[in-house]
Amino acid sequence: MNKLLIEFLSGYTATNQWAAILPEIMMGVLALCLLAAEMVLPKNRQAWVPRLAIWGQVLILMIAFGFVGRCSIGEFQYFSGLITQTDVTQIMRGFFLVSSIAVCYLGHIYLSKQTLPQTEFYALVLIISAGMMLLVQSTHFVMLFVALETVTVAFYVLVAYSRTSQFSLEAGLKYLILGALSSGILLFGIVLLYGIAGNPELLGASRDSLNYGELMNFVILNMNNMIVKIGALLVIAGVCFKIGAVPFQIWVPDVYQGAPTPVTAYLAVASKAAGFIVLIELVRGPFFGLQDFLVPVLSVIAAATILFGNIAAVAQRNVKRLMGLSGIAHAGYLLLGVIAVMRGVDWAVYAVIFYLVTYLLASFAVFGVMSIAAGEEDANQELDHYESFARKRPFLGGVLACGLGSLAGIPPLGGFIGKLFLFVAAFQAELYGLLIIAIVGVVISIYYYFGWIRECYFSSSSTAVVKDISCGATSSDRFLLGALTVASIVIGILPAALPIIR
Amino acid sequence: MGNLDTNSLFLLTAIIAPLLAGVVLLLGARFSPTTMRAIAVFGFAWPLIIGLLLYSRFDPSLIGAYNFELCLPTGLESIGIYLHLGLNGISMPLFLLAGTVGLAAGLYAMYSKAERPHLYLALLLFMLGGLMGTFASIDVFFFYFFHEFALIPTFLMIGMWGGVGRRGAAIEMTIYLTLGALLSLLGLIALYVQSGADSFSLIELRNYLSAQPLSDTVQNNIFALLLFGFGILVSLFPFHSWAPKGYAVAPTGAAMLHAGVLKKFGLYGLLQIAAPLLPAGADHWFPWIVWLALGNIIFIGLVTLAQKDLKMMLGYSSVMHMGYAFLGLACFSVIGAGGALLLMVAHGLSVALLFMLSTCIYHRSQTFDLSEMGGLATKAPVLAAFFVAGSMASIGLPGFGNFWGEFTIFAALAETELTRWIVVPAATGIIISAIYGLRAVANIFFGQPKAAFVERLQSDQITDLQAFEKLSAGILIAALVLTGIFPRVFSDDANRELLELYPQQQSHLPVIHSAVLSTDVDTHKELTH
Repeated sequence: MNKLLIEFLSGYTATNQWAAILPEIMMGVLALCLLAAEMVLPKNRQAWVPRLAIWGQVLILMIAFGFVGRCSIGEFQYFSGLITQTDVTQIMRGFFLVSSIAVCYLGHIYLSKQTLPQTEFYALVLIISAGMMLLVQSTHFVMLFVALETVTVAFYVLVAYSRTSQFSLEAGLKYLILGALSSGILLFGIVLLYGIAGNPELLGASRDSLNYGELMNFVILNMNNMIVKIGALLVIAGVCFKIGAVPFQIWVPDVYQGAPTPVTAYLAVASKAAGFIVLIELVRGPFFGLQDFLVPVLSVIAAATILFGNIAAVAQRNVKRLMGLSGIAHAGYLLLGVIAVMRGVDWAVYAVIFYLVTYLLASFAVFGVMSIAAGEEDANQELDHYESFARKRPFLGGVLACGLGSLAGIPPLGGFIGKLFLFVAAFQAELYGLLIIAIVGVVISIYYYFGWIRECYFSSSSTAVVKDISCGATSSDRFLLGALTVASIVIGILPAALPIIR
Repeated sequence: MGNLDTNSLFLLTAIIAPLLAGVVLLLGARFSPTTMRAIAVFGFAWPLIIGLLLYSRFDPSLIGAYNFELCLPTGLESIGIYLHLGLNGISMPLFLLAGTVGLAAGLYAMYSKAERPHLYLALLLFMLGGLMGTFASIDVFFFYFFHEFALIPTFLMIGMWGGVGRRGAAIEMTIYLTLGALLSLLGLIALYVQSGADSFSLIELRNYLSAQPLSDTVQNNIFALLLFGFGILVSLFPFHSWAPKGYAVAPTGAAMLHAGVLKKFGLYGLLQIAAPLLPAGADHWFPWIVWLALGNIIFIGLVTLAQKDLKMMLGYSSVMHMGYAFLGLACFSVIGAGGALLLMVAHGLSVALLFMLSTCIYHRSQTFDLSEMGGLATKAPVLAAFFVAGSMASIGLPGFGNFWGEFTIFAALAETELTRWIVVPAATGIIISAIYGLRAVANIFFGQPKAAFVERLQSDQITDLQAFEKLSAGILIAALVLTGIFPRVFSDDANRELLELYPQQQSHLPVIHSAVLSTDVDTHKELTH
């Protein structure tokens, strides 16, 4: 009986493509369940909502891990080429699930200090995660745009979530206007490509011209066509907005400062990661034929991004803006990896993913400490508030130091190995000029990352500081932050622990 | 590659033991002082014990290969990186140097009254673990990795326990050193990519590059990265400004380990990696090295003369003496490189000793200002004797290791017409260092003290060295005298190894070392006579 059932189910799943996006469906269902739970649960039981969100996602992660377990599987296309699953997308689905769990936890810390509705926060985070998971798998511009808009629209709400804070509202408005603009640019690029690739007079014209594979063939045959170039450039510009690359980085400092800290973390880590994977898929897929045109463009963007991010961060005293601007610099380093991919260093994809994972671990550790240390006004977190922080709260100080050290790329932390892989890949791609700029950037970044550590550890007065337990970390905070920190250290010492690069 | 015998496991424990002791101390803030000291003593002494043990088991017949090899994968195999440990004739002396200075600094730190001692000792232990790893690494990536690992505790220690102006000095030093470290990392990655060896192992790189040397342009470029990267780390003129300031504010333990050992990383990298692998690059940059090294000796020497603060003077003098090591390296001959190596070891010991004693002096005089002190010898004769010994060693008097280092470097410079003139300015530097060294001794210990100091001198607050201070100074002085009287403890093994890497006679032509072996064996010069 049991065997029959299994046979039936496996036969069913073999023909049913919806099983391929089971984790995303489950995320959506969980989001709806949360909304229902809020109505069902009595007032004094509302604390179950975040628990349900977090443990539900842990469960999904465990189920989805069966999918990730099938790494190195090659490529599978579903839904007539709308989505394609590769080992890269499988790793990234896990990545988004983990970051979504972390954001929910940070959101729980944040919301406990505010008088804001809480269920919608978790529901939106889940929707965004599902959208990002679909985004990295999409190999069709329609799918790409739909997934991207799902993510972006939900982010409009989250950025302005703290509706009593003027900073949050300002950030929400800025993100809305500039986000809509970038979506428009992206869409315009897509339409141009659709039009030109559907022109039957041109060689390689296709009826399904928004499919990555079809478009790739067309672009290779028409790589000198002006409209193709403009279309590609506009699409790249739209994606660059998401990753915060110069000159599309204008929104970053204000939005990062105004948004609630967990949302800032989410934007900084997951949104950026999704943008990079999409960018890599675009340059390896449809724009493969445009390398000679795009490599110089992206090189200039990378150089400007590294320099701008680092130099602008030096003068920052607000730590949320500092994280935003330094995040721009990280986007610049990651662009090195993307350019290396375009120059034929294939394993650079994994170097980028490795870097993203180390960035996730370090960033969430830092944002976690920021969430705990923040007062009621979330946007005002200045460096001065961290004076003698490590004396008052030794554990949080240690977590912060490790996180910042990893972001700065100091051995034996994960961030260092991430930078090493990127630099080796860039060397193999012969990007010597960019490497020198990256080195300059890293040296500048030492100043502000270590300046923050200095603020925490090197008290200017030698008077003993009383331990301030009033808003210390709970044991579950300690568990999460400790786990992130230990993971950073373990990956730094034993990169084999993260089997991405084999 | 990796045969897991006991000796290589011992080598691994020399790195792990201090790190482990550091972690235990970090977690155990509530340990009693006795427990804490017991753990710390273990962590500080174990590397030296292992170093001496391995020294006694060192097999000199393995020329061109490494003793006690150990090769473990850590997850970076895809880019040819393994945790590949081992010692050869060049790294053995530095490994022992790190162990010796580490023990002395540790003993001193344990009894100094630092705030939050568990954290202080833990950071010092981390630093020591990194140092042992640096000199035991065959893999050039881990060589770099361990160095950076040792650098971070330095930053924290300066910032948390440093003197006046520590916040600025800590950041300045860290930024400077990170720049140097990253430049050298770029150079090492370039070596990896360009050599085609597909491995970061020094042995593999050496095999590949001796079979197929890189083109001159590539060699020049990579050598420039390594020279200036490592140069910043060794405070090569004009990239030295971090050093005196950093050392002046650093707490004693950190200053001893950094000035004594960690700074030698850059020279060691040039000696063991850059110059032998890129002979044409070394030849191309030869005039640069010479002029910048002379800048260290003459220019910084004169700056040292003008110092009134004892710690600043020591900081500048340590920068100055690095110039001699660079000159030895610039000769690109066995005898020059050997001299540089001997000087590195001896200088490490003497500078650590002087930094330690300067803190001892400060505890007694409450000032670093040379002009305010005087007559301390009457109250603290042992301290005076030790300090005089340290200064003499630093000046380069026979009987201490520094003498042999400087002497062999001069001998190497005098070998050919091209470099003979350098002996004159270099010897002038010796005179300069004698002037400021002796003047400091005279000012502190002899002569008439200022009126304010007389009062202090007559009170009972000034005592001679305590037992722990004598012990850690004694370790360093014993090592200095040993290398001074019998430098063959290191030089024979180093000589054998260097003969493989460098031409016997300096000749500023790009010579690949295989050509060296054809020269007449009878003219073989021993490093020491």
